[in-house]
Amino acid sequence: MDLNTKYTPHSWPDHPESATLEGKNKFLGFWLFLGGETVLFASLFATYLALKNRGPSGMEFTTQELFELPLVFIMTMLLLTSSLTSVYAMYHMKNYNFKAMQAWLAVTVLLGAAFLGFEIYEFYHYVHLGFTYDQSAFSSAFFTLVGTHGLHVLIGLGWITLLMLRNTKRGFNLYNAPKFYVASLYWHFIDVVWVFIFTVVYLMGVIG
Amino acid sequence: MMKGLKKWRLFSMLTALMIFLAGCGDEHLSTLTPAGQVGRDQLNLMILSTAIMVLVIIVVMIVYIIAIMKFRRSKLGEDFIPKQVEGNHTLEIIWTTVPIILLLILTVPTVIATYELADTKGMDKKDENGNKTAVTVNVEANLYWWEFEYPDLGIVTAQELVVPTGEKVYFNLKAADVKHSFWIPAAGGKLDTNVDNINTFFLDFDNPSDSLEDGVFYGKCAELCGPSHALMDFKVKTLDREDFNAWVEDMKASADQAAPETAVAQEGQEIFEQSCISCHAVSGAGTAGSVGPNLATFGDRNRVAGFLEHNEENIKAWINDPQEFKPGNKMPQPEDLPKRNGKELTDQELTALTEYLMGLSVEE
Amino acid sequence: MSSIAQKKGFGATLWDYLTTVDHKKIAILYLITGGFFFIVGGIEAMLIRIQLLKPDNDFVAAGLYNEIITMHGTTMIFLAAMPLLFGFMNAAVPLQIGARDVAFPFLNSLGFWMFFFGGIFLNLSWFLGGAPDAGWTSYASLAISSPGHGIDFYALGLQISGGGTLIAGINFLVTIINMRAPGMTYMRMPLFTWTTFVASALILFAFPPLTVGLFLMIFDRMFGANFFDHTMGGNTIIWEHLFWIFGHPEVYILILPAFGIFSEIFSTFSRKRLFGYSAMVFATVLIGFLGFMVWAHHMFTTGMGATANAIFAVATMAIAVPTGVKIFNWLLTMWGGSIKFTTPMLYAVGFIPSFVAGGVTGVMQASAPLDYQLHDSYFIVAHFHYVIVGGVVLGLLAGLHYYWPLMFNTMLNEAMGKITFWLFFLGFHLTFFIQHFLGLLGMPRRVFTYGEDQGWDLFNAISSYGAIFMAAGVIVLVVNIVMTIAKNVPVGRDPWGDGRTLEWAIPQPVPFYNFKQIPLVRGLDTYWIEKQEGNVEGMTYAEPIGDIHMPNNSIIPFIMSLGLFVGAFGALYNGEQPWAIPVLGLGLIITFAAMATRSLKDDLGYHIHKEDLLNEKGGKH
Repeated sequence: MDLNTKYTPHSWPDHPESATLEGKNKFLGFWLFLGGETVLFASLFATYLALKNRGPSGMEFTTQELFELPLVFIMTMLLLTSSLTSVYAMYHMKNYNFKAMQAWLAVTVLLGAAFLGFEIYEFYHYVHLGFTYDQSAFSSAFFTLVGTHGLHVLIGLGWITLLMLRNTKRGFNLYNAPKFYVASLYWHFIDVVWVFIFTVVYLMGVIG
Repeated sequence: MMKGLKKWRLFSMLTALMIFLAGCGDEHLSTLTPAGQVGRDQLNLMILSTAIMVLVIIVVMIVYIIAIMKFRRSKLGEDFIPKQVEGNHTLEIIWTTVPIILLLILTVPTVIATYELADTKGMDKKDENGNKTAVTVNVEANLYWWEFEYPDLGIVTAQELVVPTGEKVYFNLKAADVKHSFWIPAAGGKLDTNVDNINTFFLDFDNPSDSLEDGVFYGKCAELCGPSHALMDFKVKTLDREDFNAWVEDMKASADQAAPETAVAQEGQEIFEQSCISCHAVSGAGTAGSVGPNLATFGDRNRVAGFLEHNEENIKAWINDPQEFKPGNKMPQPEDLPKRNGKELTDQELTALTEYLMGLSVEE
Repeated sequence: MSSIAQKKGFGATLWDYLTTVDHKKIAILYLITGGFFFIVGGIEAMLIRIQLLKPDNDFVAAGLYNEIITMHGTTMIFLAAMPLLFGFMNAAVPLQIGARDVAFPFLNSLGFWMFFFGGIFLNLSWFLGGAPDAGWTSYASLAISSPGHGIDFYALGLQISGGGTLIAGINFLVTIINMRAPGMTYMRMPLFTWTTFVASALILFAFPPLTVGLFLMIFDRMFGANFFDHTMGGNTIIWEHLFWIFGHPEVYILILPAFGIFSEIFSTFSRKRLFGYSAMVFATVLIGFLGFMVWAHHMFTTGMGATANAIFAVATMAIAVPTGVKIFNWLLTMWGGSIKFTTPMLYAVGFIPSFVAGGVTGVMQASAPLDYQLHDSYFIVAHFHYVIVGGVVLGLLAGLHYYWPLMFNTMLNEAMGKITFWLFFLGFHLTFFIQHFLGLLGMPRRVFTYGEDQGWDLFNAISSYGAIFMAAGVIVLVVNIVMTIAKNVPVGRDPWGDGRTLEWAIPQPVPFYNFKQIPLVRGLDTYWIEKQEGNVEGMTYAEPIGDIHMPNNSIIPFIMSLGLFVGAFGALYNGEQPWAIPVLGLGLIITFAAMATRSLKDDLGYHIHKEDLLNEKGGKH
């Protein structure tokens, strides 16, 4: 593949992410990887549901007392919005508008970082209350499920940031287009998982 | 004709094999010599499934042997190019549907038996006086010993389960430390003793066990539970209902056992009460949850520590160094006991303890 | 190993293999490493049989015995059988579908090195305070209370090698979906490619539950979590479910590729197209699908209740139907064919009765109430050795002989191959058939010894003597391999004479770019079609000779895996050694830095130019 091929918005393919065999492979391989990730999170969800509110005799923490919906709602909005901004970024990639894509990705990263900040605050708050990782089976399951998602967010942030920095100067080519594309796929996946966490852990937790 | 003959031969061989194996196995341990209805149901399923499977094997083997005998290249010549057959729908339909039918034949009794063997409602049945009619045993599996509590009768024993014959006996199974599995092969299948929950099932026994070689059925732990998993045996004594009731009364009475008769045994009792009693109860009346096995029936037992031959020599050796025999068990070395301050047991003390322990009995 | 490698110095060869992204070389790496672990697991097996040779034996101590059985099972499944299968997949699948390499050559290398370091890490436990001792299933209550670091080695080692497996699975899926040559439709793919495809899909969906289970175990043991501590609200049954949701498909991950190898061998050495090809494909997919619905039949005695047991019993029995379809299709492939009893064919022929026997005992165990008796007894030991040795290992040995000329351009000695077969085959039945009856006579599995008064003495002795035959067979095989490598007589293309699929159409030794021109596939068994039509080239081409794009070698996969290996020691000694957390951090930094290097540095590969291709002779036809 030649990195020096210059494209115009006109000659840029409709699906730059799958215009080369490498791109196609990456695209398919990443979808499959997300399939595996889905099973991974399904296993974590099942574990969480089995251990929800379970603890040593006399445990005082329950989902109803612990969770504060307003905070989680803000986090949800941040992440949902970041998913939307990453869609804008991909839209601009298809239109061969590199600067706009970089800008929207930057917004995505900022929103994601804000989400992560709130999550760290939330965890810190729980630990401060005495709801530590080793406090009970429930706490272990909660921190592992939500923490695994948080780790995914962190990896996603690092990944997108690295991609943006690496390609700042050179713009689009068919080598990096699939990379941007799968990074945004990953970001959507993280968002979908969060929707489930919000529903299963927080909403169902508060309802009881 | 040929086929029929072959089949007949195989079945007679199978029967002969079964008889041979039943002879080979021990009546008190083998699943092929069931001691009650549960074991019989399971053996019947085994025979049914084996028969179906042998049928399948015969069909496969006939096609197989003809194929590899008839279609050798050494016979057909190097240059023979076989017809490239794509498949055959009729054949494919046959070998899809026939197995389905065979499996259905096995499925029906399987599902019925699954539900029947899980039906423990009889556990809570009461007579007009409000007493439970069936015997229920709470089994607690420990590293590496078994505790048997009879909650409705107020007695508890260890290592040797005693149950009445001719009726369903119900079990509540639980593990105290790690997962074990409760298995009396001659009586029926196993059920795990989990740490998280209580599992319930029942077994039944036709005849008193005194006619058996050792006078007991053998029980096993069937789930890997640590170094001495292989040695986590227990024994099952079955008594007819009358003898069982008598045994229960004796157990209750063991609370106020008479003092040992000989001086040596009395010395043994003193040592026991100083060093052993904090873990081992000697009264059969009580509830579950003790640290070590209940020893009220120790003198009546078939084995020391569940697997060693029941003689004085083994008792002494066991007490003196339990780790030597059952690695990883929780019984402390005698010198490590708090009251002994690192002092080992002398031969004389061991003899005294042994004599005392051998005197602990509820039968006679 | 290959003739090209011999011309280089040792250091250069080593570097070549450390950095290679060529599927053919990675296949050799898998073969060597998997073969090494197969020998290790075999030695452990022999120790087990020596210990059980006679009652009340004291050859190995109680605790050590549990370590040996745990490592035997874990090694054989994760470090021997799967990698060896990956070896054959790597060697054959890209060639079978007419591809120049796998979809992700870099990830292919990464998958291997993760498996390699995970396996080494796991086995280092022997030297660092004791191996895991809770069985290969590592049930939680026992695993959590197991002292020392054995279980930690198990959890971390499998986590690393499991990651490698997942990568390999995704890689094969994408390769098979995207990289097929023109004309290679799904319904023209050789059965080994199909079974690789389905097995890879199983890997993709089965390994994540294991990953989660292992993480929970790691967090419980090393970081204070309480998933499996019932006093803290935990539940050990979660582990059982997670493990078997992985563990049952795992059985099919192993057996399906073996089925594939056998399918190739049956049709090759019967000189006949595979009977009922579409039914075979359908049965493979169906087995893969049903494989996910039956995990709880490993837990009939856990106390799930009658309804769950009944459902899983019926679902399990259903799997017998597609498996039966396969058996009959193999038989009918031979029927009317021209059977040549080469060593691979001997294994295939020996496989049928062995696997049928293992299959029918599987159906017996599917009957839940009967399984209450059979579960965790020696009957189950006999059953799964019948399917895994009688199915998978025979498949591996068959594949080793069958694909050896493809991988090394030499041929293993047929006479010695047949001796190996007979020793191994007879030894196998002698060892394991009798164990069915030990189980029925009340012998639980995983016992380090047994008393002499229980009627098990004779059968155990027979079983142990049988194992000696198996060991002898393997020794003959090793001698055969050494001699074949030493003699190094090239055999050229299609050495079996009856090759049917594309991999046999390539000139030997296989050029590093595989196909000078991508072939055009004209039907099932495309090489057979070309041969029948008298095409000396063996292929019809889909393209003129042109530049070929090739990936660059890279040391990064090795370094990434090494980082995980280092980090695992940090996790293992967490809370015990002051250097633990820094080492964990160091390992992760190595890994992530290698990853970052990979993504920052453009790796565009290189081109082999048309002129060079035209000049190159590229092996013999």
